[in-house]
Amino acid sequence: MQISGAAAPAPPQTGLDYGPPTSGSFPNSGLYGSYPQGQAPPLNLAQGHPGTQPSQRSAPPQASSFTSPASGGPRMPSMTGPLLPGQGFGGPPVSQPNHVSSTPPQALPPGTQMTGPPGPPPSVHPSQAGYQLQQNGSFGPVRGPQPNYGSPYPGAPTFGSQPGPPQSLPPKRLDPDAIPSPQLNELPPQQKTRHRIDPDAIPSPIQVIEDDRNNRGSEPFVTDVRGQVPPLVTTNFLVKDQGNASPRYIRCTSYNIPCTSDVAKQAQVPLAAVIKPLARLPPEEASPYVVDHGESGPLRCNRCKAYMCPFMQFIEGGRRFQCCFCSCINDVPPQYFQHLDHTGRRVDAYDRPELSLGSYEFLATVDYCKNNKFPSPPAFIFMIDVSYNAIRSGLVRLLCEELKSLLDFLPREGGAEESAIRVGFVTYNKVLHFYNVKSSLAQPQMMVVSDVADMFVPLLDGFLVNVSESRTVITSLLDQIPEMFADTRETETVFAPVIQAGMEALKAAECAGKLFLFHTSLPIAEAPGKLKNRDDRKLINTDKEKTLFQAQTGAYQTLAKECVAQGCCVALFLFPNQYVDVATLSVVPQLTGGSVYKYACFQVENDQERFLSDLCRDVQKVVGFDAVMRVRTSTGIRAVDFFGAFYMSNTTDVELAGLDVDKTVTVEFKHDDRLNEESGALLQCALLYTSCAGQRRLRIHNLALNCCTQLADLYRNCETDTLINYMAKFAYRGVLNSPVKTVRDTLITQCAQILACYRKNCASPSSAGQLILPECMKLLPVYLNCVLKSDVLQPGAEVTTDDRAYVRQLVTSMDVAETNVFFYPRLLPLTKSPIENTTEPPAVRASEERLSNGDIYLLENGLNLFLWVGASVQQGVVQSLFNVSSFSHITSGLSVLPVLDNPLSKKVRGLIDSLRAQRSRYMKLIVVKQEDKLEMLFKHFLVEDKSLSGGASYVDFLCHMHKEIRQLLS
Amino acid sequence: MATYLEFIQQNEDQDGVRFSWNVWPSSRLEATRMVVPLACLLTPLKERLDLPPVQYEPVLCSRPTCKAILNPLCQVDFRAKLWACNFCFQRNQFPPAYTGITEVNQPAELMPQFSTIEYMIQRGAQSPLIFLYVVDTCLEEDDLQALKESLQMSLSLLPPDALVGLITFGRMVQVHELSCEGISKSYVFRGTKDLTAKQIQDMLGLSKPAMPMQQARSAQPQEHPFVSSRFLQPVHKIDMNLTDLLGELQRDPWPVTQGKRPLRSTGVALSIAVGLLEGTFPNTGARIMLFTGGPPTQGPGMVVGDELKTPIRSWHDIEKDNARFMKKATKHYEMLANRTAANGHCIDIYACALDQTGLLEMKCCTNVTGGHMVMGDSFNTSLFKQTFQRIFSKDFNGNFRMAFGATLEVKTSRELKIAGTIGPCVSLNVKGPCVSENELGVGGTSQWKICGLDPTTTLGIYFEVVNQHNAPIPQGGRGAIQFVTQYQHSSTQRRIRVTTIARNWADAQSQLKHIEAAFDQEAAAVLMARLGVFRAESEEGPDVLRWLDRQLIRLCQKFGQYNKEDSTSFRLSDSFSLYPQFMFHLRRSPFLQVFNNSPDESSYYRHHFARQDLTQSLIMIQPILYAYSFHGPPEPVLLDSGSILADRILLMDTFFQIVIYLGETIAQWRKAGYQDMPEYENFKHLLQAPLDDAQEILQARFPMPRYINTEHGGSQARFLLSKVNPSQTHNNLYAWGQETGAPILTDDVSLQVFMDHLKKLAVSSAS
Repeated sequence: MQISGAAAPAPPQTGLDYGPPTSGSFPNSGLYGSYPQGQAPPLNLAQGHPGTQPSQRSAPPQASSFTSPASGGPRMPSMTGPLLPGQGFGGPPVSQPNHVSSTPPQALPPGTQMTGPPGPPPSVHPSQAGYQLQQNGSFGPVRGPQPNYGSPYPGAPTFGSQPGPPQSLPPKRLDPDAIPSPQLNELPPQQKTRHRIDPDAIPSPIQVIEDDRNNRGSEPFVTDVRGQVPPLVTTNFLVKDQGNASPRYIRCTSYNIPCTSDVAKQAQVPLAAVIKPLARLPPEEASPYVVDHGESGPLRCNRCKAYMCPFMQFIEGGRRFQCCFCSCINDVPPQYFQHLDHTGRRVDAYDRPELSLGSYEFLATVDYCKNNKFPSPPAFIFMIDVSYNAIRSGLVRLLCEELKSLLDFLPREGGAEESAIRVGFVTYNKVLHFYNVKSSLAQPQMMVVSDVADMFVPLLDGFLVNVSESRTVITSLLDQIPEMFADTRETETVFAPVIQAGMEALKAAECAGKLFLFHTSLPIAEAPGKLKNRDDRKLINTDKEKTLFQAQTGAYQTLAKECVAQGCCVALFLFPNQYVDVATLSVVPQLTGGSVYKYACFQVENDQERFLSDLCRDVQKVVGFDAVMRVRTSTGIRAVDFFGAFYMSNTTDVELAGLDVDKTVTVEFKHDDRLNEESGALLQCALLYTSCAGQRRLRIHNLALNCCTQLADLYRNCETDTLINYMAKFAYRGVLNSPVKTVRDTLITQCAQILACYRKNCASPSSAGQLILPECMKLLPVYLNCVLKSDVLQPGAEVTTDDRAYVRQLVTSMDVAETNVFFYPRLLPLTKSPIENTTEPPAVRASEERLSNGDIYLLENGLNLFLWVGASVQQGVVQSLFNVSSFSHITSGLSVLPVLDNPLSKKVRGLIDSLRAQRSRYMKLIVVKQEDKLEMLFKHFLVEDKSLSGGASYVDFLCHMHKEIRQLLS
Repeated sequence: MATYLEFIQQNEDQDGVRFSWNVWPSSRLEATRMVVPLACLLTPLKERLDLPPVQYEPVLCSRPTCKAILNPLCQVDFRAKLWACNFCFQRNQFPPAYTGITEVNQPAELMPQFSTIEYMIQRGAQSPLIFLYVVDTCLEEDDLQALKESLQMSLSLLPPDALVGLITFGRMVQVHELSCEGISKSYVFRGTKDLTAKQIQDMLGLSKPAMPMQQARSAQPQEHPFVSSRFLQPVHKIDMNLTDLLGELQRDPWPVTQGKRPLRSTGVALSIAVGLLEGTFPNTGARIMLFTGGPPTQGPGMVVGDELKTPIRSWHDIEKDNARFMKKATKHYEMLANRTAANGHCIDIYACALDQTGLLEMKCCTNVTGGHMVMGDSFNTSLFKQTFQRIFSKDFNGNFRMAFGATLEVKTSRELKIAGTIGPCVSLNVKGPCVSENELGVGGTSQWKICGLDPTTTLGIYFEVVNQHNAPIPQGGRGAIQFVTQYQHSSTQRRIRVTTIARNWADAQSQLKHIEAAFDQEAAAVLMARLGVFRAESEEGPDVLRWLDRQLIRLCQKFGQYNKEDSTSFRLSDSFSLYPQFMFHLRRSPFLQVFNNSPDESSYYRHHFARQDLTQSLIMIQPILYAYSFHGPPEPVLLDSGSILADRILLMDTFFQIVIYLGETIAQWRKAGYQDMPEYENFKHLLQAPLDDAQEILQARFPMPRYINTEHGGSQARFLLSKVNPSQTHNNLYAWGQETGAPILTDDVSLQVFMDHLKKLAVSSAS
């Protein structure tokens, strides 16, 4: 993108106009206009509502943004036309009030517009009928009255001509992805769009991502300004903490919060923050400073108990401070006193992280510890299923072998030489075997507990040991475990007692810790938590479908509660050959902040790498134990709802038995009072946890948001990715209690309301038939559609109940980046760009028609990784990648690429490795050949297309959305 | 057969039987007037060098209700090859193997000298002996060490093919699997939860109905031993393993906070031991050997809570009904004991602690099953070590002095019925024509089970004469009793020992002298004492004493010679003369007096009293006192304070204690070191003599007595002073001469006073 250099960092805002200006008839074939909106509206940095107020905005970006598309695109003239008042250089027409916050509420940020059929929506559903709409629709936009789309978009003019044949428009420009679409290239657009809306004309996620990358990826994101919208999660950027928490820790759905609940209700935009308190930072960014206040502990507001932060106002010469959350005036303790400078800042503000940074840590005093005792270092307990299935699949042998070396990589704090974490081992089938691996023993000792109904820990001394001290005994144990059970015929397993045992062990050792469970089968042995097979696909699409997501028994909930109380986090690795009731088994991991991994039909040859990689990562992950998280806010809003892997015993404290670097908590806020535009809204997330070395700490993240009285400000400062994160979690929780259909409808309604509100209040008055989307939310429909057609909400025939439950709980603790790619997979063409180009190739949209059969693509969504090979791919490519002579010789379903010494192979393998490195779970590669059986699987992830399970295509959904909005507006 | 004394002695030597009466009163009425019941002390496995077992099976009377065994008292028709049962008079054909018998060619069982005969049974699978160690780990380090050594040592004493098992317990109970290589494996149970036998077997994986794969195949008959072998293994196979395992045995690792007792799950441990054997080896000889160093403090069978501030129950608490765990615990152990007995296993308890360990509650385990009870202060004492070693002592044939799973069947001729037994046995509830409705001891049956017994195990068996007063004395004039003891010999053979005895009937009115002369006062004293102790287990102490006194008075009235109301005229014949004295000491004995004894000690003493043979029992009732001095050779002296003289060394044997007491002068001499001077070598010898004698007793006795070496004025002298008859006390010191003896500071009555009262009451016509 040529313009990238000059692009402003703020995301473009695009309105999407949908619908023809004329009513009733659709005489003209319209072009479903394409707006390569991603082309970075250059305008303002801060507000991101470009175009409308050029005078207020910094000129250079406007200029550059304007010029660059111009220079690059042949459509320049149309763009400069007076009909595009939204453009920066043009003064806003009367019909389009400006978008400055002070302007009237209809102010509309520039957006893409699309004209669509006016009158009655031609189709009810995004099904086949949906195409009718496009066939009839006149997509020729009325240029004049639609001033507000992002001016510099090269695609905009396409809509210009209304009834007549559109201007001669180089089709190339229609392709926002800069990937030539053969059809488009060959056909005049208007002819084609008689039959369908051109997918290129609708907002493209790829374009948005690319634009953001180009515009904002180069400069560090400095957090000194309140209410800044950070770059997208897909953009690589550096963060400089200057008073607000990095977006790596907190992202909000909106960085500008309505002052009153009325406005908020009107907009229907959920106010939520996605918090990842222990997020991993890139090496260039420093991890939070640890502040030690000695015996007095961290300084807090006396009333609301908020922790000292940069927003606290020091008054009376520094003798007191006013709490920025509750306005309570507190005395500054003498040892903390410091004079203020002429601006009212403490002179030591920059010496103290808690006065100058958005994120920092306090060392907690003994008051913050359980039982008023400093915690002991945590422990890891490995609990291995040794029933027949586990032995036969080779899992036990593999695992034991791996553990031997893995134990050297337990998380350690700072520069510690060895990890403080102690380890213990349990194997189990119908009974549990504990092992005494005390260093003084010559041989490990096994203790069998068969009283599974009333679990207890049979030994104290020697169960949890230091790895280096007991190394020989542990090695001997791990050598012997596979041998000992080699002849086992025990097929039944227990589950709840295993967790119980681990928890009791930690309790006995008086420490927090993490259990690693390796489990194979439905626990049908007679014991607490015994489960029966209740998998029933007939329930799908009935009111009882929710039971598939619910736990079979309340026992696990109770158990989880006990685990949380003990700070016992459970990570579960499942190796099922059939139904294991993930919904129930994952209850405890879910509530204790652990992860669930599932390897269906585990076979050592095929799944070894994936499992071991996940295991290593999970073991080595930095974890905070026995944590409590509390989110405090300024008076006016309040955290009301929480999503994620944790347990809550009251309405405010998020209790996390364990919290690792990947776990995310989504918090929803609601108004309980008015907010003040001036002081904004503050969030403080305080996480009290025990570090890997057993240190008790408090991690504080602060974030200041703007407040607005104008809806437009809200819409201008939203983040769709975060919004989707929230909505997905909301919906995924909803399926526990409501029929899936209700959940889907709720989502659609809410989304329609959000967009309708914008249309009504922010967009310029225009024909009701136009679909106008806020720039910040123009991807909302496509992403929402992805959520709606996800396996949980709309399962295909091949999706098992376990898969759905598994995905459901996975999403619950995903961060924004993960949900983003999970719902809208990345599809990377591998052979498009020259081999020498080592950077990641730009992605293409996830649609079958974007695939060319002469190319090879990689598709990933954070869990799966496919390599799609087109049928007519060059032989040379096949040879250098697969080391076979032709396409037909490629093994379908291959999971490892041969290691070949040629640039292409190296590049592809390098790319795969780098993709894997980006994700918290190892993605197993599946090679899919075009026209092959496996391709069905692959196509499932082409989310812009109609899915086999009935999910709408992007285009259809957009039409449907439009219809909904129009219904709301009328 | 010159005197009754010789007769009695000979009978004891030959048959291991001693009767209270050796001539029997011929009617029920007369028998009851005799006061002391017709009863006997039977030592079923009395060691007899001249009794080689015969290698065939006994011949039984064919009457199904009788099944008496052919014996020398039977009338045999050699020509018709018939024999008449002397109990039911059934005429029986000899089995084919006996066709060759004639008057001169008789099988052993018909010869009079084989009134006791032992048969070896060849049929039936022989199963090895089983020793299951149940070891408390809540011990002090050195105690545990000592115990571990003892246990390791014991492995070498066991027969190589014996099966051993190991259960350890503290807060938890661990059943150790012995068959595994490499990793040592144990099954752990919560110490607080009572489990049924079924649950235990399930959890140990013993009751598994074979695994899925095997089900397809035909069930293997060898399954049974295979399964159990995980926990019980032949010594020769795993002695190295087990030695290591014992060596690695650690003290219970669970922390015990200040002011608490360690949590000890004895109840569950025993329950698991019982359940384990029950499931794997029912009805084979097995010993569960419980080693405990303190009271059970949790779970079923707990005797005291873990708070040290609440002391373990005392007699005082029990009287005040203040022992809150006692009833429940007792019930638990009784249930276990009965199950164990039903399986034919026995339980030993080795309790070594300074405080009580709950023997009171656990006593039934040993008493019912015939196991040993050993009480000591510490496992690190020779008392325990040697006692334990002695369990594995062998007889002259190299066989262990232990037998298992015995059933004792008693058959009587029609004039007699069986009232009951007192001893380490349990009723098998076999009713029959010879079972009396009146119970003395464990009655209501003609068969008892004695799960563990040794050559000294002695039962008191009580009979009732049922012959009506006017019925004639039966033909032949002799009443007969047959004792049939079937047991598993330590060589794992099954054996049957049959003792058949007969006594004359006598009409009490006309032949009272005969009866009187045939009175065995020693046996009578022990048998009465057993009755008393048996009653004391369930009744209040004073009631028992009163009952004993009444019996004694009635006996004296019946057999004494006196003029009414003239106590000075009272005389007893020789055969009764010692009896009142036995009763006097019995009244003072720890079996009936709980003062100064903890409930555990009482249980311990009573346990041994109920199973030792006559000689030992008598020592327990009336300790033996020997005197050593320069005035002559060592001599037995009266158990009297008057025997305590300054120039004497006394050696007292109370069975449980051996006390050597140096008189005042002797003690001074020793202190002065005379024994080290060559010219006083005789003094050295004098000092040495009682030590040697004591050593001899120590060597022979089981359990090893407490050995006390003290002197005049020593604190330990109380052991002696509390036993001797307090003929001189602070009350009467000056009335008696000054020259002898040591006054005892007690308010107890002396023998003299006791006798005076007895005479007075005996001659009084009021009673």
